[in-house]
Amino acid sequence: MSGPGPDVRAADRLLRAAGPAVALGGAAALAALLAAAAADACGGRSPGWPPGLARALFGSVSLVGLAGCLAIPVGIGAAVYLEEYAPRNRLTRLIEINIASLAGVPAVVYGLLGLAVFVRALGLGRSLAAGAATLALIVLPAVILSTRAALRDVPPALRDASCALGATRWQTIRHQVLPAALPGTLAGLLLALARALGEAAPLIALGALGALPAPAPGIDGALPALPVRIFDWLSRPESEFLRHAAAAIMVLLVLVLLLSGLAAWMRDRWRVAGSW
Amino acid sequence: MRRVIPIDPERGIARALLACACLSLLVTAALLLVLLLGTADFLRRVPLLELLLGAAREPAAAGGRPGLLPLAAGTLLVAAAALAVALPAGLLGAVYLSEYAPAAVRRAAAPLLALLAAVPTVVYGYFALRFVTPQLQRVLPGLADGNALSPGIVAGVMILPMVTALTVDALQGVPHGLREAARALGATRAQALLRVVLPAAGAGIAAAVVLAAARALGETMIVAVAAGGEARLTANPLGPVETLAAYIVHAARGEAAPGAVDGQPIFAVGLLLFAGTFGLNLLGHRLRRRGGEAPR
Repeated sequence: MSGPGPDVRAADRLLRAAGPAVALGGAAALAALLAAAAADACGGRSPGWPPGLARALFGSVSLVGLAGCLAIPVGIGAAVYLEEYAPRNRLTRLIEINIASLAGVPAVVYGLLGLAVFVRALGLGRSLAAGAATLALIVLPAVILSTRAALRDVPPALRDASCALGATRWQTIRHQVLPAALPGTLAGLLLALARALGEAAPLIALGALGALPAPAPGIDGALPALPVRIFDWLSRPESEFLRHAAAAIMVLLVLVLLLSGLAAWMRDRWRVAGSW
Repeated sequence: MRRVIPIDPERGIARALLACACLSLLVTAALLLVLLLGTADFLRRVPLLELLLGAAREPAAAGGRPGLLPLAAGTLLVAAAALAVALPAGLLGAVYLSEYAPAAVRRAAAPLLALLAAVPTVVYGYFALRFVTPQLQRVLPGLADGNALSPGIVAGVMILPMVTALTVDALQGVPHGLREAARALGATRAQALLRVVLPAAGAGIAAAVVLAAARALGETMIVAVAAGGEARLTANPLGPVETLAAYIVHAARGEAAPGAVDGQPIFAVGLLLFAGTFGLNLLGHRLRRRGGEAPR
């Protein structure tokens, strides 16, 4: 058998080697990132809990929690409509392509929307409510898209069986489809919230940094958030602040990676458990 | 025994769910309206030419006002660097994962990509500032502390998972029969890939490129932290630049006097950014659809 020419074999070898090289590059970047942050955080004479970090952490968690409360019901509702009810018409197509495109708009643009609508027009000020509402708009497309994917993975036979037993459409969705799609939905929600936890730009656009010396946090107080503090510390030249930033980065990374790790684990488990 | 239900809850639920779905249209309309009104308001006070070219070269925080053109130039420069990293690596990685990798490797790659995608962008900004720029300065002595190259490269690492995932999707969308037919005719894997699979996945791969470009153009925090924040009309990746998205962050920082944001064209910049990224996303999702892949 006369094999293929040497250049073709070379191409095969190249492609075979490229993948692991890319993976190694990505892993190396991640390792370098962690090492740099750890070195910065632990360096210097007084490594410790930077001032304001606890408050920023609390602010971030409440911002993301409130944003989740706003975005999750609406997002799941929209996903159920698009997946279970929507007729194939132009309105549905328009909504679908609009959601997909909104998901790609940079978060800082939503910050401008929040500034004009929530902070100024509705008079919420640079508050937790304004920040959470803005974050909710940012994660909404991701929530809808991931919930739709989870709903799509529920076998149609389940719906048919439920309807055949006399359940109405909503009863089928409420008692069969949504519980079956729950693990996938939760995984998507966790990922969306992890992303919201790391968003700095929209909160800065709302004026979060201008409000830093404001009074105690509250629903209408200032708006401290972990990524915003990190950016603030990074933009100051003193090495003391750089160490604060590195420490805050470690805290933020642990939180975000925990959330997305949990999401990946749920998705994985559900793959196994969900084989009908 | 039959119970009579006075109103039909089914219909009410369907309407409520439809309202949830239509909220996204409202968001798009509100975005457009807010950005257009803000831009119109700015143009009433400042002539168009000044909006395009800028009033002074100082950074926004010092009271200067950059124009759209230098900001757009900086944005293109950073995005070009990001794509120069993400496209070759992402496409090669996806081809490997889809066509060559054993199942175990494929399973191991997913969490790595998820990790890379989960890192917040401000953290990537720190990475560009504290690690990549100093390392690059050893090789390129002319590299300024704030520059376009380093955040561009790091933004490329950030969008790498997205390029890889979209391209793997496009490649997996090609029917297996095509590959088998090519191999049965004596083609090697590489030949089948280059002559059969890649052309068949063309629209999907083009979609991955377009969506990645939109993401690179809108990258905000990496650039805001590590690019120096000086708006200038330049094609030099070694010097400081400012991009559209990073400019909004810097202008909103409020280092200047309170209320200084109102003297800044943030809404005009936001409009340009929104139009560019939304348009590219529309194009990208249209291409994905043509590639036979439903948008996710």
